[in-house]
Amino acid sequence: MADDNNSPLDAVEDGPVTSGSAEGADTTSTGSADDHPTVAALLDRYPAEVQRFRLEAGDQYVVWMNPTRSHEILAWLKDDADQLYDMMSDVTAVDYGKGRPIEVVYQMYSTPHGRALRIRCPLPLDALEIDSVYDLWKAVDWLEREVYDLFGITFRGHPDMRRILMPDDYAEGHPLRKDFPLRGRFSRAEQTQRALNQDVERFYLAEDLGRGADPQEVAAATAEPALPSGDAAAGGAATEGEQA
Amino acid sequence: MATKTVELAVGGGREMGHGGVGAPSPLAPFDIPEPDIGTERMLINIGPQHPATHGVLRLVCELDGETVTKVVPHIGYLHSSFEKLGEYRTWNQIVPLTDRMDYLAPLIYNCAYVMSVEKLMGIEVTERCKVVRVILMELDRIFGHLLWLGTTAIDVGAFTPFLYSFQQREKIYGLHESLTGARITTSATRVGGMMADLPEGWLDQLLDFLDNFPKTLDEVHRLLTGNQIHIGRTQGVGVISADDAINYGFTGPNLRAAGVPYDLRKDRPYYDYESYDFEVPVGEHGDCYDRYLCRMDEMRQSVRILHQAMARLPGGPINVEDPNISLPSKTDAMSDMESMIHHFKLITDGIPAPEGDCYMGIEASKGELGMYIVAEEGGTKPVRWRVRPPSFVNLSVIPKLAEGHMVSDLIMINASLDIVLGEIDR
Repeated sequence: MADDNNSPLDAVEDGPVTSGSAEGADTTSTGSADDHPTVAALLDRYPAEVQRFRLEAGDQYVVWMNPTRSHEILAWLKDDADQLYDMMSDVTAVDYGKGRPIEVVYQMYSTPHGRALRIRCPLPLDALEIDSVYDLWKAVDWLEREVYDLFGITFRGHPDMRRILMPDDYAEGHPLRKDFPLRGRFSRAEQTQRALNQDVERFYLAEDLGRGADPQEVAAATAEPALPSGDAAAGGAATEGEQA
Repeated sequence: MATKTVELAVGGGREMGHGGVGAPSPLAPFDIPEPDIGTERMLINIGPQHPATHGVLRLVCELDGETVTKVVPHIGYLHSSFEKLGEYRTWNQIVPLTDRMDYLAPLIYNCAYVMSVEKLMGIEVTERCKVVRVILMELDRIFGHLLWLGTTAIDVGAFTPFLYSFQQREKIYGLHESLTGARITTSATRVGGMMADLPEGWLDQLLDFLDNFPKTLDEVHRLLTGNQIHIGRTQGVGVISADDAINYGFTGPNLRAAGVPYDLRKDRPYYDYESYDFEVPVGEHGDCYDRYLCRMDEMRQSVRILHQAMARLPGGPINVEDPNISLPSKTDAMSDMESMIHHFKLITDGIPAPEGDCYMGIEASKGELGMYIVAEEGGTKPVRWRVRPPSFVNLSVIPKLAEGHMVSDLIMINASLDIVLGEIDR
């Protein structure tokens, strides 16, 4: 990079940027719940589930929630007449590194009420699972798959939970984790070797594409190899690299 | 074996009436046996290297005869991990990554990214900068829609609109080039302003384009809008209802074609869009033809906005006058000690951000483009930079739209969604 006095690759060798504090960010709420009817309603209806809320960037309300009942609460936000968040704009995740929980982020918008809301559900690294909201918003189909692919968070109940951007047999882990080095876990030689050894025909076999099979079964079959067993523990730091 | 009754309507035809008025029809309805053609489905693979997929998209289709029974899109061939790369770059260094996503409307991505960063940092850009960015975004909305228009028309066999629209695109390329020095990879914006102010004569060049462009649009309109072949290929193809369109995450012209008047420029306005006089074209059938009409009309509306923006373009500085955000001029940096220090600090350290996150959605040419940024206290690089890609979500609907249609309709549906794989794969 142009601004670096040293080698352009130094930043790459330094490893990923991590958050300054290893402890959780401050847990106080900012802003006033009265300014956003949905925040007030959530505090009123699910006081035990709302961890905190904050006013960000001037006018955006963010609510941190426990992931355990996320599906129930999101369903309520979608269907309650005073909320009607019919548009799920985005589902993504944030990894702060240093062993802090990975947060799943939902960007929602209510077209009838003209309100936006952001929900964040922190997931501890040893339990990266949350209920899928595919049954509520079909829009999250690929968005949840992408979070699964890049962060390794499993969405329970998603009908087709397999990798989407990375190859099905990608063995180096989940690239957007902070502990994933920018150039991948394998050496260049190993990456080249694996690419050369790939069976390209495999991607065109009828069985692999799930012809005539029940989509649920196909999803289960294809998702299996992408879920290394030890990955959930300790941020999945070295477990997948060892497969090399 | 199943049979079906075939009605042959020949009795009423005057040219067939050899027997004179009232003569019995030569053919009465009769039963023919339905041929037993078996039920084996065929699996075909379209792409990833195929012009009709508009990029490196791969569609695996299961066919029953010529009818598509199942579509499985495969993406990721162009995955460049922009979001990961962004975590290693300072705020301004990310700008070049953004225009490589949607290379068909790069300036919208440049603007959307810096808007989100500015919102997070609480920076209010100058009035001139706002209007310039509106001009650039509307110009690239036309730019993106023109590519869609040309390539989609080609997919249904109309070659002329392709040439017409690319001729106009070439003029926008020229505008890009004289503004930024690049035709596609514009990287025109910076946090707190622009890379450079509009060069001399640029507005005249833009006005020249705006004078001629509507004529081309009219010509394409005459070629396609009432064209029987075009109508036959697009009407009733890939229909989606308004409720489904929202639920499936459609945004942009695709959503509006289904009858939902949702446009972020009107519903969550930014950069004083509420003060511009323009309409949001809304369709009613949600099929490929309505998507075509919506985009055609959007280009006209963009021309209207461009004229208004040019009329109100104020003078004054284009960058915020804060030495911790905007670079000093080259002359100052070379002659003035303080400016040189600011220059050095800005380049080496970058701009510190407050702790927090910010989601900024804008109306890109393809739908809602969201830039979500998470920063730590004093961070000069993002902890997380997320792009909410409009055509990624739009494309995920293609199995629902295409199943039950013919293969040729699948091509039309895919084209009508206006996808760009650079942004889908990121």
